[in-house]
Amino acid sequence: MLGTLTILLLCQLAGELIARLLHLPIPGPVLGMLFLFAGLLLRGGVPRAIQDTAGGILRHLSLLFIPAGVGVMTHADRLSAEALPIILALFGSTLFGVAVTAKMMAALLRPTSASADEAANPGAKP
Amino acid sequence: MNGALNNDLREIWVYLSASPLAGLTMTLVAYQIGLWVFERFGRRPVLNPVLIAVLLLAGMLTASGIEYRTYFAGAQFVHFLLGPATVALAVPLYNQFRQVRQSALAMLAALLVGSAASSLSAVALAWIFGGSAATLRSMAPKSVTSPIAMGVSEQIGGLPSLTAVFVILTGIIAATFGTWALNLVRVKDWRARGFGMGVAAHGIGTARALQVNEVAGAFAGLGMGLNGLATALLLPTLYHLFW
Repeated sequence: MLGTLTILLLCQLAGELIARLLHLPIPGPVLGMLFLFAGLLLRGGVPRAIQDTAGGILRHLSLLFIPAGVGVMTHADRLSAEALPIILALFGSTLFGVAVTAKMMAALLRPTSASADEAANPGAKP
Repeated sequence: MNGALNNDLREIWVYLSASPLAGLTMTLVAYQIGLWVFERFGRRPVLNPVLIAVLLLAGMLTASGIEYRTYFAGAQFVHFLLGPATVALAVPLYNQFRQVRQSALAMLAALLVGSAASSLSAVALAWIFGGSAATLRSMAPKSVTSPIAMGVSEQIGGLPSLTAVFVILTGIIAATFGTWALNLVRVKDWRARGFGMGVAAHGIGTARALQVNEVAGAFAGLGMGLNGLATALLLPTLYHLFW
């Protein structure tokens, strides 16, 4: 747990440093994800401890967005003054974006056995 | 007696509203309540735990007159973990790497189309219905994860903190109604469903995809990372080209 957290932070730190040094427009954590990914490829497997801790953090990924989300209250004035364009734009573009991306991808993919039809149990295996 | 009690209460109130403990605890409690409601009433996507928690917290802060800044001083410890959690997405990505490699080309095409579709349709809809210039600019990068979106928003003349709000709302909308949209266009492949959620709705879409299926989760994480890159690189360039 502690070891994994250290590795995650080290990857993020390396990502932040390199993004700043090379003036890359990529955020540090995204670079850090690539570093950890490269590390796992080199090692040829995910150690049990990393698998468990990463799984634990990611299971509650949505918790981490709450503090920024509460920031909605600081924009209450603008949100109510422009409620119609904001609501329509957010709903329309988000659902359109999800659908277009997925449809495009599905059209170009070769089908595999693992589709939403057969995998009836949502907890599913890899 | 009564006066002394009131004084004690006031002191406690002063202590709580100034220390990070309250903001941090409130965030976790609100999330637990959100999760409980979600589980208790049949895991309906409309009862999104983030949505419930955000509404509870915003309501409580407004009612008690605590400023957002004061709350965030405590809640930032939760916010900070977004960084390590993004790094941790490498694990599901590695677990699904074989599948990811096989679909690289389809992914690239879907990324470009999906990224442009999300951003352009957001700006166009807001413009048609009379949104202000600041709103339009803050809207453009709203599909990607907040640190990238806020940086891009600043580069194109938007309001970064408003963009952060749009980012979160986008995520909640996708987590709540994304399944419905995917069923509507009859996409059944988990890879495509996950990728769509990640490209159009970043980490919250990814969190939702991970809840449903690990393959979908891995592709969502990758979609979120790739669209982060694409938006950070392309959007400011295009903006400066045309305006």
